[in-house]
Amino acid sequence: MSDYNFAYLDEQTKRMIRRAILKGLAIPGYQVPFASREMPMPYGWGTGGVQVSAAVLTPDDTFKVIDQGADDTTNAVSIRRFFEKTAQVKTTETTRDASVIQTRHRIPEGDLGEDQILVYQVPIPEPLRFLEPSEVETRKMHSLEEYGLMHVKLYEDISQHGAIATAYAYPVKVEGRYVMDPSPIPKFDNPKLEMAAIQLFGAGREQRIYAIPPYTQVVSLDFDDFPFEPTKADHACDLCGATDSYLDELIVDDAGGRMFMCSDTDYCSTRRKAGHVGAQGVPYSEDAA
Amino acid sequence: MYVAVKGGERAIDNAHAWLAEERRGDRSVPELSVAQIREQMALAVNRVMAEGSLYDPDLAALAIKQARGDLLEAIFLIRAYRTTLPRFGGSHPVDTETMACDRRVSATFKDAPGGQVLGPTFDYTHRLLDFKLAADGEVPQAPVSEASQSDTPHIMSYLDRENLIQPETRADDIPPDLTRTPLNLPASRALRLQALTRGDEGFILGMAYSTQRGYARNHAFVAELRIGTVAVEMDIPELGFAIEIGEITLTECETVNQFKGSKTEPPQFTRGYGLVFGMTERKAISMALVDRALRWEELGEDNMGAPAQDEEFVLYHCDNIQATGFLEHIKLPHYVDFQSELELVRKLRREAQAPLQEAAE
Repeated sequence: MSDYNFAYLDEQTKRMIRRAILKGLAIPGYQVPFASREMPMPYGWGTGGVQVSAAVLTPDDTFKVIDQGADDTTNAVSIRRFFEKTAQVKTTETTRDASVIQTRHRIPEGDLGEDQILVYQVPIPEPLRFLEPSEVETRKMHSLEEYGLMHVKLYEDISQHGAIATAYAYPVKVEGRYVMDPSPIPKFDNPKLEMAAIQLFGAGREQRIYAIPPYTQVVSLDFDDFPFEPTKADHACDLCGATDSYLDELIVDDAGGRMFMCSDTDYCSTRRKAGHVGAQGVPYSEDAA
Repeated sequence: MYVAVKGGERAIDNAHAWLAEERRGDRSVPELSVAQIREQMALAVNRVMAEGSLYDPDLAALAIKQARGDLLEAIFLIRAYRTTLPRFGGSHPVDTETMACDRRVSATFKDAPGGQVLGPTFDYTHRLLDFKLAADGEVPQAPVSEASQSDTPHIMSYLDRENLIQPETRADDIPPDLTRTPLNLPASRALRLQALTRGDEGFILGMAYSTQRGYARNHAFVAELRIGTVAVEMDIPELGFAIEIGEITLTECETVNQFKGSKTEPPQFTRGYGLVFGMTERKAISMALVDRALRWEELGEDNMGAPAQDEEFVLYHCDNIQATGFLEHIKLPHYVDFQSELELVRKLRREAQAPLQEAAE
């Protein structure tokens, strides 16, 4: 792979992306336009995250990729391989060993540290997009801090359904200023957005980068009488018995029988290695995986 | 007992091996060469070059071969390759007045200096399947004549002399580059034209067609459509002057549109402009119509609320690589999000049904 520069992108492009990242970190939650490049994977498949990862990776980094919380989902495999090939960086499936983690739709269950960067893949960076389709208008709304429309939407949800009917990509307000889309993570993950690690968000097709610096205040939008409520399936993991992790629901037989297991595969296997066994699990062994 | 599903890596490898085999097809049938695609599928090659924004017939042909004939996939391959290429400079603007025309037609004047040249066109062919081609593709030599050595003047220049057509102001500033700076609205006309020329042929055609059918209707005459080769010149710093670095085939379309005049302007014709790599006349004509529709504000026309007048709508949705990527990403796993929706719908249903249950009890 000597035909391509380290981590695929040329140095000028990486520099351009790094400037956007720095600007994003300086203005938490603000969407910085950047000249997104065409990547060798399709738009909508993580090109924003891939560009951000390419810009922050160094040869000494250890890289982890998850999709839906899992390291072995096909698109996570594809992106991990891309960087193995173009950057020859070490890769890992162990969350705490990774210095850069690219994710789609989840935040790892375990706490991240100050020496880690979490890179999100973002499909639609604009939290106001489905209330106002025009980009010209939504940028104006952000600059004027005109977020009434969002509160009206949440209020209408409550009057119609008795609850806020947003289950993922639940909007947040960052450091008391910008309303931000946390990418389509389940709202269960929202409280984890206040963390020690750097969080970078890349939207390739929409040409936007935004960021949350470490220990930044991130508040999920709600009302005093309808407070924000993170939710998950009301079960324990059937493999490791965890009751505090976000669960995937699987259909396991023709009768529609269900089982639940951690969406974060590293969290689950770490627990199983430590001897935890869920209702349908078996004690951990290497070859079973 | 349940063992979690693993094996993404192996699945991907096997899928790609199968794909390679399918691409090759029946091995008893001779393999297509890149040169065959370049020569005999030239219009597909042209479309891939135009929408891939890279003028290289051999690479475009290779991309078509690799993509099994899926042109959007081929365009995607070319775009991804294009990003990795270094830029060592910009050419001078090409001068289409000096184009060596293979085709040049005007729908507004019966004849004009330079003449009407049909060129290699499907127009006036009867669309009857030629079963002879299935057996034997050999064709007799087409008649030849001496090529014209003089420049072919633009038809528009004759309207220009009478001030019948709205003048275009010359701009010498370097146009913005859509592929190097994020799209910012409102966009200049140069930027809009860049987006349109690499935009999806089907999308641009649909937008253009909608203006013909009454969504921001503005009847267009094809003042001129020309296809041919132009020289590309570039300043070479070491030499201190410009030299010709190659020739490219272009299709150029200029339309004349009605304009009733406004409070400030007397009635005058206006123009739409299309310029596309290769022989791509459907695209060039469509582009000219959409360009004209997008100019409503500059020309003091009313915004009819038509899609083709909406710059943001057109520019944000004309790129087929962006569109198909995002569309097809919904094939990717979404089970985390779906799970959260499942929980929400279950909860809402429980709460909605609780009062009914209580009433029944």
